[in-house]
Amino acid sequence: MSAPAATVPDERATLPPEQGGAAPRGRQGRDPRRRGLLPYAFLLPTLVVLLAALGFPLARQIVMSFQEYGLAQQFGREPEWVGLDNYEQLLTDGYLWTVLARSVLFCLAVSAVCMVVGIALAMLMTRIGRLPRLILQVALLLAWAMPHLASLTVWQWLFDAQFGVINWLLTTLGLDGFAGHSWLLNQLSFFVVAGIVVVWMSVPFVAFTVYAGLTQVPADVLEAAELDGAGGWQRFRMVTVPIIRPVLLIVGLLQIIWNLKVFTQIFVLQDAGGITRETNLIGTYIYRLGIGEGRFGLAAAASWFILLVTVGLSLYYVRVLLKEEAAS
Amino acid sequence: MIRSSRRWVLSTAAVLLAALWAFPVYWMINSSFLPQNRIRAEEPTFVPVDGTVAAYERVFDSGFFSALKMSAVVTLITVGVALVLAFLAALALSRFRFRGRRSFLVAVLVIQMIPAEGLFISQFKQLDAWDMLNTVGGLSLLYVATLLPFTIWLLRGFVAGVPLELEEAAMVDGCSRTQAFLRVTLPLLAPGLAAAAVYGVLQAWNEFSLALVVMTRPENMTLPLWLRTFTEANRTSDWAGIMAGSALIAVPVIVFFLIVQRRMTAGLVSGAVKG
Repeated sequence: MSAPAATVPDERATLPPEQGGAAPRGRQGRDPRRRGLLPYAFLLPTLVVLLAALGFPLARQIVMSFQEYGLAQQFGREPEWVGLDNYEQLLTDGYLWTVLARSVLFCLAVSAVCMVVGIALAMLMTRIGRLPRLILQVALLLAWAMPHLASLTVWQWLFDAQFGVINWLLTTLGLDGFAGHSWLLNQLSFFVVAGIVVVWMSVPFVAFTVYAGLTQVPADVLEAAELDGAGGWQRFRMVTVPIIRPVLLIVGLLQIIWNLKVFTQIFVLQDAGGITRETNLIGTYIYRLGIGEGRFGLAAAASWFILLVTVGLSLYYVRVLLKEEAAS
Repeated sequence: MIRSSRRWVLSTAAVLLAALWAFPVYWMINSSFLPQNRIRAEEPTFVPVDGTVAAYERVFDSGFFSALKMSAVVTLITVGVALVLAFLAALALSRFRFRGRRSFLVAVLVIQMIPAEGLFISQFKQLDAWDMLNTVGGLSLLYVATLLPFTIWLLRGFVAGVPLELEEAAMVDGCSRTQAFLRVTLPLLAPGLAAAAVYGVLQAWNEFSLALVVMTRPENMTLPLWLRTFTEANRTSDWAGIMAGSALIAVPVIVFFLIVQRRMTAGLVSGAVKG
């Protein structure tokens, strides 16, 4: 670490974390003492902001989860210590488990569809000419760029019971049952609509990232496989997938993390539809428990679930990812 | 022969899929120009034939501009502060070796995994305790904290990519350390800073859930909150107005995104490769 050739900026070495944490090393022409404190000064504002916006709330969340903290406390009464009561109440209430299972199910289903559709579109992009590819890419970019709330508003309009174009289309196709059909009033069709919206928003990212990966697959390898008699599906499975595997893993991880915590989509559609109890996912459940009903202690305890589940899932996935990288 | 006809099928499929994907965006713009009798007709109108901008006028009379101002202020503050802080942090992380550096890097990674929804109850209580609910400062604070980890990560790659020799050569030529930094290093970092700024603008402009939690008063609504309220109020009566509102929020972002997308992706990629 304290190599004498310190004037040679081995910036590459700044990357691997195992290089970090070493004692300051002197470079020519600089005051080592100043350098000793300077990095901390640079980090200080960031630390202050992160502590204020994330650190303190996290600590408060721990404290609150052990307290009876409801509307009375909101209006000044001292919060009461209740030990593990909040956790006990949550864990024994079947509703939390329902919401959790529902969230995981929704997340997995939507992520799977996003991956399949995204990969299919990316494959399609590699097989077509410049112009159709450009058209497809611009269309996907449009969906990607739309602010979430604007998208959700537009989809509500598309699915509007009375004047929505989707009900009109289905009725015109002869499915008369859809005349005036309210999609958001039924649990299953609520999630179908939510799923379609999420897929529509998320697929562009998957498609573009996978496409970028696919362009790295050498054409001669594919040709060689074809000459050896591999069919289209075989070439995809045996040649393409192994090469773009790291990309697929990262995109898959992001999809799972993002789809597990969908909040805006569900929240806005609930506002539009009216049923909440049958359609709550983790995010909206906590929001309605805390800010809706003012049961902050309970909501704080519930927040720990979403934190632990997501971070646990991500850590597991990150480990798989690291192993993959080490193996390759 | 078979090859070219297959190509045609695939190309047609691609264009149809493109139409399917773009349709909601088209439908938003189309509907926003339709008069009430066309919107509320049995048969949908697919091209804005009797086009009118009346819906936009209704939107402008419904508090749109105060929300626009709020969004602009919050976005500017957030992106400005986040860039400065992240830049300093990136400098520290890539140009210095110090105790705690590795822990900080790990923390930056882990923080990105924290789901916002798992914290917003306590963030609400925290801001409440500091009397910062319904303030630009409070919302910006949360936004800056959300942006920082990714921005630091991104800029770190860029700073590490600028060779230190360049700065040292300038110092040999008589520049002070600060001058060398300002004249040599900073210009080379411009693409990285631009990428980070674009990312931040999009995030802050579009964010909904934290704003929903923190800005509870109507006069403090950001654009997404305003759109939600406006939609709730006019759901049964004015879809043209609602679509006009959506278009006003979405179209600038879409145009901006289309312009910078390529550049931003290039920036993100090169930052990642070097970082």
